[in-house]
Amino acid sequence: MSTFRSIVFASVIAGFIVGLIVTVVQQFGTVPLILKAEVFEKAAEAHQHDTPATAQPAAAGHDHAGHDHGAGGHDHGAGAWEPRDGFERNAYTAAANILTAIGFALLLAGFFAVRSGATGALVSWHEGLLWGLAGFAVFTLAPGLGLPPELPGVPAAPLLSRQIWWLAAVLATAGGLALIAFRRSVPAAIAGVILLTLPHLIGAPELANIETNVPSSLTHQFVTAVTVTSLVFWTLLGGLTSAMFARFDRGADQRT
Amino acid sequence: MSQSQLADAQVTLPVAAGQVGRLSQALMAMVLGVFVVGMVGFSHIDVVHNAAHDVRHSNAFPCH
Repeated sequence: MSTFRSIVFASVIAGFIVGLIVTVVQQFGTVPLILKAEVFEKAAEAHQHDTPATAQPAAAGHDHAGHDHGAGGHDHGAGAWEPRDGFERNAYTAAANILTAIGFALLLAGFFAVRSGATGALVSWHEGLLWGLAGFAVFTLAPGLGLPPELPGVPAAPLLSRQIWWLAAVLATAGGLALIAFRRSVPAAIAGVILLTLPHLIGAPELANIETNVPSSLTHQFVTAVTVTSLVFWTLLGGLTSAMFARFDRGADQRT
Repeated sequence: MSQSQLADAQVTLPVAAGQVGRLSQALMAMVLGVFVVGMVGFSHIDVVHNAAHDVRHSNAFPCH
């Protein structure tokens, strides 16, 4: 089990470091935008909360006063536990970031193990960074074209249909890139490009008309913040995971 | 003498079973990784959703 152990050790260390860094980056990028959007979301949902809302969102909320509030049953499972705002919420965010980073690092390091087993050479940090860029393309750019990053309070198509499209876009993009990168033939390249475009030709599930009081400038800022944060996440994770895996894997080789 | 035999066995065995073992161990790790990401990012359980809410939005995972 030495390979498995090397992968897990490398992934836990790299994922922990990258998860913490990304949590800090999010505090300046995405999280303030999410909190701003939630003010609009709550203003639209009901007026029962005496949130310290500024005059602007409250006014926006009044536009919706005529709407039927009872029908808007799309919120976060009423009554279910949720972390309190402030430290608790950010602690769970940090934990979820670390777990996500470890999960993706396990995936990357698995590829590094297969790759170095096939070529006989360890995957360098530079190659790892390129794998990270591929992860950025597969997990952020491709699904983000059809399903741009969403702020709370912006209505969207049913969750399950979006999750299925997201997964299909990820698989098709990964397959397409692999065909282009590892099969150096013209038919494979053509098949790869077709695979890359296929999910976008089919199209992501969307609502016919979206009505929200979250300003579009906020949404635009959020798309930029998410994409840039993700780029940082994936390049760090790719480079760090490959460096860590090379270190543990070399050590494992020397012991046997 | 027994030590050198042991060393021989350790050297030859991983070479024979090494490639297959490496692939299956890598696959096992990748399945584990997909499970972790799937749980944090895609689980429909309310409590998991609420705990990882900001991360799901920040990673552009489909949410709500």
